[in-house]
Amino acid sequence: MRTRSIAATGLGFQLFRHAALGLGAFLMLAPFVIMISVSLKPSGEIFSPEFTLLPKQWHAWQNYADAFTKQPLARYILNGFIVTGSIFACQLLTALPCAYALAKLRWRGRETMFMLVLLGLLIPPQVTAIPLYILLWQLGLLNTYAAIILPSTISVFGIFLMRQFFLTVPDDLINAARLDGLGEFAIVWRIMMPTAMPAVIAFGVLSLVWNWNEFFWPLIVVQSEHLATPPLGVVFFANAEAGTNYGPLMAAATAITAPLVIAFLAAQRWFIDGVTMTAVK
Amino acid sequence: MAGISLRNIRKSFKDAQILHGVSLDIADGEFLTLVGPSGCGKTTLLRIIAGLETQDSGDVLIGERMVDDLPPKARDVAMVFQSYALYPYMTVAENIALPLEMRRLSALQRLPLAGRFMPGARAARAGIDRDVKAVAEGLGIGHLAARKPAQLSGGQRQRVALARAMVRRPKAFLMDEPLSNLDAKMRVQARTEISELHRSLGATFVYVTHDQAEAMTMSDRVAVMMGGHLLQVAPPQVIYDDPQDLAVATFIGTPEINTLPGRIGADGRVEVIGTPWPVTVEGQPGAEVTVAIRPEALMVTHGAASDAIALVGTIRHVEMLGAETLVHVVASPLTRPLVTRIEPSAAAALRTGDPVALSTDPRRVLVFGKDGKRIAVRQSSPPLVPAARGETVHV
Ligand SMILES: Nc1ncnc2c1ncn2[C@@H]1O[C@H](COP(=O)(O)OP(=O)(O)OP(=O)(O)O)[C@@H](O)[C@H]1O
Ligand SMILES: [Mg+2]
Repeated sequence: MRTRSIAATGLGFQLFRHAALGLGAFLMLAPFVIMISVSLKPSGEIFSPEFTLLPKQWHAWQNYADAFTKQPLARYILNGFIVTGSIFACQLLTALPCAYALAKLRWRGRETMFMLVLLGLLIPPQVTAIPLYILLWQLGLLNTYAAIILPSTISVFGIFLMRQFFLTVPDDLINAARLDGLGEFAIVWRIMMPTAMPAVIAFGVLSLVWNWNEFFWPLIVVQSEHLATPPLGVVFFANAEAGTNYGPLMAAATAITAPLVIAFLAAQRWFIDGVTMTAVK
Repeated sequence: MAGISLRNIRKSFKDAQILHGVSLDIADGEFLTLVGPSGCGKTTLLRIIAGLETQDSGDVLIGERMVDDLPPKARDVAMVFQSYALYPYMTVAENIALPLEMRRLSALQRLPLAGRFMPGARAARAGIDRDVKAVAEGLGIGHLAARKPAQLSGGQRQRVALARAMVRRPKAFLMDEPLSNLDAKMRVQARTEISELHRSLGATFVYVTHDQAEAMTMSDRVAVMMGGHLLQVAPPQVIYDDPQDLAVATFIGTPEINTLPGRIGADGRVEVIGTPWPVTVEGQPGAEVTVAIRPEALMVTHGAASDAIALVGTIRHVEMLGAETLVHVVASPLTRPLVTRIEPSAAAALRTGDPVALSTDPRRVLVFGKDGKRIAVRQSSPPLVPAARGETVHV
């Protein structure tokens, strides 16, 4: 009797849990599903009163062709790769040595420095936007790739994430490397980075998603269309088309979201490992 | 090859002083074992020799050369860590090759991909591969070259760690409990292998261990360390037979040495439980001392006491270990049982609860002062032949 009642409440709870999670997933996914659905329909069908998931009349080819030809969408996507790739490379170049120094070297002021890093996490990027803008203007860098990339080259979050991961790397591994003849930078690149690969990949996915989707900063520093990042490009497009032609617009939105989804799926296993920090040893 | 000298090494972490002036000369090619209880500073001392930790004061010399200002890689010593510290994402061959790559290849030649095409890189790499192979074959891990450390057993990992240390032919090896992660059987085997390795390499070994059997069987000399002091440095047999400190005497030897409270009588003889023993020492009459006797130096006699040095007691427990038997005897008024180690055949007649007498050769009695330091025995009478009243067990 007893076990059955436990099983029964267990079942009820499970149903409830799945329903709640399902509802959450539905709310999260709905905009994307509608985006894809709209990107397949002709404009007449988009605002028809009865909503169907799949179009009655397929219009996918025209929508996607329009998205790529009426605006330089491929260029935006390339810009996206240039910007996010450069940013991530710079972030790694700075975050790994900083994280190593914070996690594994002993020096005066280390704890204070780490507190400052944590403090850096709390400052919203909007706060520093105006000083940075003025600085870039004075350097004559406005409206260049550098203007988009430079402010993001140091990721406080990256330093924090990598430091937490490096803490779990045994000290003796580093000592062995020192005896084997590696210098401190060689230890960072040859020992710490490969050991922390799951965290590096997790950070890579987060950095990619964040900078790919970044809208605010590129909007401020970039005017030229040929420098536009994907979200900026879609907005240019929406403005240019007066916001009525939703089919090609959603096709463009789908096209710029796809690289993120593909990157995440490819890195999923490491991503989960890295964020939950179970991979070392 | 080179000897190692430590001169008055001191080290503190925050307020806690860990090493209190350690001085030690290790000869070229010597196998020196460092033993001591957990937390006494053995690892810290090894790390100071390797240059991974800086001492607060004192000097380290390797091969007559002061190395205090040299970084670890310039000291030319190799270390085997307790955890083995193998690089987890590299194969066995890559693990062993890394120290050679760092020494034989230039920074350009070490570059990933492009480095392979630098002038001279191919010849150097071929040389490295050859040496790695030779060392791996020598230790019987040649067939594991392509595996990752996670795919190895404990014993295999230990060998890879050894190979990585050996491959660059360092002047000295520092080993921090390299066998403590192995099971008992593997440990005995690895013990022999490391001894043979020491003989064939002829290098200086500093070997840290908890395990007395390792210390006794492998070393030329044993250094016993406690609370950051070196209490005694001597060959294993001397440490066992002739400990200079009560702490050394109790730390070395299983079962532990028997200790009895005593005092120095007016005539200089040591009195135990009010009875003077034929052991005359050079100490202040009236001073309290500790008398210590190894378990195998105690004889168990069935029946009553017979000799000058004799204690009566009852058997509390007989422990048969196969090759030997331990007999625990409570001699009133002492409460802690004294342990004797005898031949199993001699113990056949002994039963728990039997009244027995314990006797010993006065020359095998060790006397320690209140500060734990050994007190020299001026004269001890030869052993008295036990009377034929009971069966006597001689070991
Ligand atoms: N980096 C450090 N910071 C603070 N205290 C330390 C540090 N390293 C070691 N200690 C302390 O120094 C003491 C000696 O440590 P050590 O590792 O040398 O002991 P050990 O003799 O090797 O012990 P075991 O046999 O358990 O390995 C310990 O009390 C330890 O807590
Ligand atoms: Mg230790």
